[in-house]
Amino acid sequence: MAGKSSEPMMVKGKRLDGRKTNEMRPMKIKMGVVPQAVGSAEFSMGKTTVVAAVYGPKEVHPRHMMIPDRALIRVKYDMLPFSTTDRIRPGPNRRSKEISKVMSSALEAAVYTKKYPATVIDIFVQITNANAGTRTAAINAASAALAHAGIEMRDLVCSVAAGKADGTVMLDLFQPEDNFGEADLPVAMMPNSEGITLIQMDGDLTKKEFDESMKLVTEAMPILYELQKKALINGEASFEGGKVK
Amino acid sequence: MTEKLQIKDKELVVPGQILAEGMSYIPSGKAIRNGETITSTVLGSASVKGHVVKVQALSGGYFPRKNDMIIGQVTELAKFGWRVEIGQPNQADLPLRDASTSFIEQGSMRKYFSEGDYVFAGITEVGKFIRLSTKTRPHRKLGTGNIIEVSPSNIPRIIGRQGSMIKTIKDTSGCNVVVGQNGYVWIQGEDLEKVLLVQKAIEMIESDAQTSGLTEKVEKMLKGGKK
Amino acid sequence: MTLINYEFQKELISKGKREDGRGLNEFRELSVEIGKIDNANGSARVKLGNTEVLAGVKFSVGTPYPDSPDEGMFMVNMELNPLSSPDYEAGPPKPEAIEISRVVDRAIRESKTLDFKDLSIVKGEAAWMCSIDIYPINADGNLYDAAVIAAYLALKDAKFPELDEDNKPKHETRTKNGLKLNNIPMMVSFAKIGDSLIVDPTRREEKIMEDRIHIGTIDNGNICAMQKGGLKPLTNDELSEAVDTAIAKGKDLRKLLKKL
Repeated sequence: MAGKSSEPMMVKGKRLDGRKTNEMRPMKIKMGVVPQAVGSAEFSMGKTTVVAAVYGPKEVHPRHMMIPDRALIRVKYDMLPFSTTDRIRPGPNRRSKEISKVMSSALEAAVYTKKYPATVIDIFVQITNANAGTRTAAINAASAALAHAGIEMRDLVCSVAAGKADGTVMLDLFQPEDNFGEADLPVAMMPNSEGITLIQMDGDLTKKEFDESMKLVTEAMPILYELQKKALINGEASFEGGKVK
Repeated sequence: MTEKLQIKDKELVVPGQILAEGMSYIPSGKAIRNGETITSTVLGSASVKGHVVKVQALSGGYFPRKNDMIIGQVTELAKFGWRVEIGQPNQADLPLRDASTSFIEQGSMRKYFSEGDYVFAGITEVGKFIRLSTKTRPHRKLGTGNIIEVSPSNIPRIIGRQGSMIKTIKDTSGCNVVVGQNGYVWIQGEDLEKVLLVQKAIEMIESDAQTSGLTEKVEKMLKGGKK
Repeated sequence: MTLINYEFQKELISKGKREDGRGLNEFRELSVEIGKIDNANGSARVKLGNTEVLAGVKFSVGTPYPDSPDEGMFMVNMELNPLSSPDYEAGPPKPEAIEISRVVDRAIRESKTLDFKDLSIVKGEAAWMCSIDIYPINADGNLYDAAVIAAYLALKDAKFPELDEDNKPKHETRTKNGLKLNNIPMMVSFAKIGDSLIVDPTRREEKIMEDRIHIGTIDNGNICAMQKGGLKPLTNDELSEAVDTAIAKGKDLRKLLKKL
């Protein structure tokens, strides 16, 4: 949350890219983009794009990380060097390690890990282009990839952020709103069990604004679930003009 | 809560999806009861028979179970017997006493299996270790043939109802074909063209798994390749 | 794990056949997608059969090297990321990844595709640093050739950002100016299985190959880069034949690329 922009973020009730406050960016999802993985998906949310691949369940290396009675869920979130405005150095950094960790928990909550004792399920996600909301996009891609890999799950995990820019609470911030906004609240949920599996927040929100943000996110969940479902069944799906196709 | 079925027979379903509401429905396969609803735990195909709602997985890697018949490769000769690579997630052991009905001395292990050999084996134990046996037919050493990888979830389609598909493949091609439940298929034949044709037919079964009349298509394909 | 029977494949190849139906000197189908990465200055996604790689170009500004004050800088980085294959592990780049980065770098550098003087901004003070990062999406063999094509197309797509008065790039504004490319480098990779050389090997074929050789060529048919990788020796005749094939295949690929 870098602070105020000289330009307004809301003009005549519309956002800079013409969206309403409760509207997500157009989305696309395609399954099986990494044929050599057990499951995979490519997902885009506006100009944020991500590829996710799942390997496993398989033998745990290093051995000491093995959990005898259930599967270890290991996420590696990476931003490709050319995915951001300034080139970033390849390899993990503090930010990517933190995101990998919270993503692991967010996804593990949905996996029946006891079905796969003493194994690891590796989930690799690569941000190919970053335009805000990379971790939420990564969670949608990873959830679809896990289901594509045939992993037994309680539910799909769906994710989107809400936030505040120019004093207005809105859904799914894109880059200018993220850069100049006042708050960002990425959330992941299991829509059929209404369980929240990830929440992070930075910035400044009143309790009322927080409640509003959570309402926006919760209302978006059925769309995200439907999108993943359609893609898993048909191989691909998209969301545009308020409709999942 | 009212009793209500939320899906049609043969519908494709995803994890978390509610398949039926009410206590009279019974989950089967990869469907589970979740309070007053029946939900799916996988991406799969649902079937409804009376009040039984069943889900079969459509995709996924291999997970070993007792009595599975698998194809593996010998990687190591050890004191206890042979170590065999069978794919994810673990290596398996073929103990000396389970390799043959006759007694095997340690010094003569290579008479049975050497490093790099392919075996068709049964799983006798799953737990901390996976144990194999090649004691009884059809389990045996596999000779020079092509080994291809398929999705383990497609194995039932490759075998077909009561083995009908695999029988068609063998009979029309004249090739020897062994299907391992861990996602490997071994194809052997005098005529290399035929072996490749069988490989192609299996790839077709994998990509067209949902279409009907597949057995006829496969038969036509294999016959078309006859010289 | 991949099980593949060496004896069977060797016999097949000795008869001039491959399991996917290709001839020994036949490439898999090539398709490309250019300029889809919004934040990259240039990008390309290349598919060679089931092998798919993504290359992105980024420009930054740095100080030229003292021994070439009127030239810019150029770097190729390729990672063998575990997302793309069960064979790769997470962690710092392994020797294989460094090797492929350097071979792709050499093919582009030595082909003189880029004139590094074009990257100069102020002699001795400021010059463009051109970084190409290449990531496999699905590594099903022959990443080398796919990577060279992707790197070339990403360079072709690249547009410089605007510079402010302190010669700092303003990434939000793109100019229409791109790089002048003087050549089309092409790499052709061979795997030796038994006594035969095959081009564009798949991952399964790479698993059982005894040797590999990568040959880069330029427009006029000259060779610009070579790398031998395996354990078995090659004969002079084999090598000479491979070079002929690489020149001919390079020509075909250039033609194909112009059509795509």
